[in-house]
Amino acid sequence: MIPEIQEIVVHGAEWTHKELFTYPNEYIYWTIQIVMYPLMTGFVAGAFVLSSLYHVFGQKDLKDLAKFSLVFSFALLLVAPMPLLFHLLQPQRNHHVFMTPHFTSAIAAFGLVFSLYAALVAYEIWFVYRKHFVETALSLSKKADKTLAEKAQYFINNLLTLGAYNITEEAVRKDEKAVKLLAAIGIPIACFLHGYAGFIFGSVKANALWMSPLMPVIFIMSAVVSGIALCMLTYIVIMEYKKFKAVMAKGRGDESVLLIKGAEMEVISKASRYLMSFLVAAISLEILDLIFRGYTAMKSWDILRSVMYGKDFVNIFILQYGIGNLLPFLILILPGRNLRRVTVATILILFGVFMMRWNVVIGGQAFSLSFSGFMHYHLPIVPHSLETFKEGLGGALMVIATPYLLFYFINKFVPSLGSSK
Amino acid sequence: MITRRDLIKNAVTGIAGIALPLVSVKIINAAETLFPDRFEKPSVLWGFVVDTLKCVGCGLCVKACKEENEIPYNTPISRTWVERYIILKDGRVLIDSPDAARDGYTSQKVRDTVVNPENIAKAFFVPKLCNQCENPPCVQVCPVGATYKTPDGVILVDRTWCIGCGYCIQSCPYGVRFFHPVHKVAEKCTFCYHRITKGMKTACVEACPFGARQIGNLRDRNDPVAKIISTERVAVLKDAYGTKPQVYYIGLDENVR
Repeated sequence: MIPEIQEIVVHGAEWTHKELFTYPNEYIYWTIQIVMYPLMTGFVAGAFVLSSLYHVFGQKDLKDLAKFSLVFSFALLLVAPMPLLFHLLQPQRNHHVFMTPHFTSAIAAFGLVFSLYAALVAYEIWFVYRKHFVETALSLSKKADKTLAEKAQYFINNLLTLGAYNITEEAVRKDEKAVKLLAAIGIPIACFLHGYAGFIFGSVKANALWMSPLMPVIFIMSAVVSGIALCMLTYIVIMEYKKFKAVMAKGRGDESVLLIKGAEMEVISKASRYLMSFLVAAISLEILDLIFRGYTAMKSWDILRSVMYGKDFVNIFILQYGIGNLLPFLILILPGRNLRRVTVATILILFGVFMMRWNVVIGGQAFSLSFSGFMHYHLPIVPHSLETFKEGLGGALMVIATPYLLFYFINKFVPSLGSSK
Repeated sequence: MITRRDLIKNAVTGIAGIALPLVSVKIINAAETLFPDRFEKPSVLWGFVVDTLKCVGCGLCVKACKEENEIPYNTPISRTWVERYIILKDGRVLIDSPDAARDGYTSQKVRDTVVNPENIAKAFFVPKLCNQCENPPCVQVCPVGATYKTPDGVILVDRTWCIGCGYCIQSCPYGVRFFHPVHKVAEKCTFCYHRITKGMKTACVEACPFGARQIGNLRDRNDPVAKIISTERVAVLKDAYGTKPQVYYIGLDENVR
C-alpha cells in the first residue's frame, strides 16, 4: 500500500528548521497562504467598510473612492478562498465545508458567512449599477448595426438588468435606499467575516501566542486599516495613470488635469484621516495584548519572550511596529501632507499589516508546544514541486495578482473609476 | 399613539411569541438518531497507563507502531514516540527524541553535545501517544467533522473526508497529530482501534518488553488499568488545557513537557 520508493516528503519538513527540542510531529504546518488568507479577507472587509462610509454615513467627499472600493472589494472577495485552496492538502474536497459543516469549528462558518457576504456585495453592486445597466442596454438597443462586441455587451447588460428596466426618479431613489440598507447590514457582516478569521487563531488554546480574546478585534481593526490603505493606494495609482494620460493628450496645464488632481487629493486626505484613527485603534489593542502577556507572565511567557524580544525582534518591533506602523503614522500626521507622502505611507502601512499577519501566523509556530525548542520558517522561493509552489512565493504572488485581474474584467461592466463630477 | 403600557405589553407578547417556537426546537445528532443502540452508555471506555519508571527507551514500541499502522518508516513523524529527559546538576534540562526514538537510545549524545554522566542529576524516559482526550480540541475544531470520538472514547480520523486544513494539528496541545505523507490527511494514534476492538492489545503494548505500556477498559472495575488509575498515584499531561486526557502516567516528573 505504501510505496517503498523513497523520497516520501513529510509535509512541512521542507520549510521548517528545528532548534533544540520539538515534538517529532511538530512542523510549521500553516505557512504563507495562511498569512495571505487573513490579509485578503482583511482587504475585503476594509474596502467594504470604506465604501459604506459614503453609502451609510453619507461622507460625500468619499463618493468616488467609495464606488471604486465597493467593486474592488467584490474582486478581492472572490479571491479570498484562493489561499485556503492552495493550503489544503485535499483541495478537491473543499466542498465538504459546505456539505457537512461542523459548527463547533471556527472554520466551518466560512462557507456560510462567505456566501452570505458575497451575495450581499453582489446585490449592493447591482443596486448601485442598475441604472447604468439599463441605460447601456437601452442605448445599445437603439443602435442599428452592432458589432459582435457590442452585441455581446448588449446581451450581458440586458441580462444584468434582471428585467428591471424602470429608471424613473422614484425607482432610482428606491435603489439608493436599498444600497444604504445593504451597506448598513454589510458592515457587521464584513466585521464578522474578518473577526472570525481572528477567532480561528484566538481560540486555539494549544497555542500560547494565538490564544487571546482580543485577537478577533485586533484582526478587524487591522483589516479596516489594510482595506482603506489598499483602496487608497490603488486609487492613487489609477488616478495618476489617468492624469498622466490627460497630460499626454492635453498638456500639463490643462483644466482637466487640474480637475483630476484636485479631486484626487481631496478624497485622499479625507480617507487618510479615517486611516489614522483605525491605525491608532489597531496599534493600541496590539500593544495592550503584548503588555498583558508580559505582566501576567503565565507559564508560556518565557518562550514567548524569547521569540518576541529575541528571534522575531526585527520582524515584530522594527518591521511591523516601526516601519509598518509608527513611521507611516508620523508621515500622515505631520503637517503639509501631500500625495507623494500619502502614497509612501499607505505602502508602509500595507507592509506593516502583512508583517502583522506574518508575525501572528508564522510567529505563533516559531516555538515548540513543549516550550523547549524553536522552529524557523524558510519561505520556498524557487519551487521544485507543486507543494513548494503553492505554499511558496509563487503561490503568494498569484493570490496578490488575481484580484487586479478580476477587477479589470468586472470593471468592464460596472465602471467604478469614472469621476462623479 | 403608543402608550408605555402598550409598548411593554406588545414587547412581552412578542418575546414570548418568538421564544415559544425556539424552545421547541431540538438540535439532533444524526448518528445518534439513526443508530441509537450505539449511543447507549457503552460498556467500554478505553484508557491507557504509561509507567515511566519501567521505560528504558528501547524504542520497540515506536518501531512496532510504525509497522502496524503504516507510517513510512524513514520519516521522523510518528503516532507514538519516546522522549529522553536529562536534568543536569546545574539545573539545565536536556530533552530529545531523535527520529521519535525509533531506534532506541544508545548514545550519550543529546543532539550534538555529549553529556558527561557525572553531571547528571536525574534522567528518565517518557513515552508519548495520543491522550484520547475526553474533551478533545481536535474534534472541536475540525470544520468538516472528519475527526470524531467513538462511543468507547477513541478519537479517529476519516481519511475519506478530511480536507487537510491542519486545524486539528494546530489545536492539539500534545503535538500528536501530523499529516500522513502518503494519504495526505491528518493522522494520529488510534490506540490501534482495529486491534483493540477485536480483543487484541495495541501494537506498542505488545511490543514493550517491560510492561511500561498498558491498555484497558476504564468501565471495568476489575481491569488492571482501571485498578491502577483508581488506586495508585497517577498524573496526566498538561491538565491545565482542560482536555481531560485518558492516558495516565506513573512517575511523571515536573520537567516533562
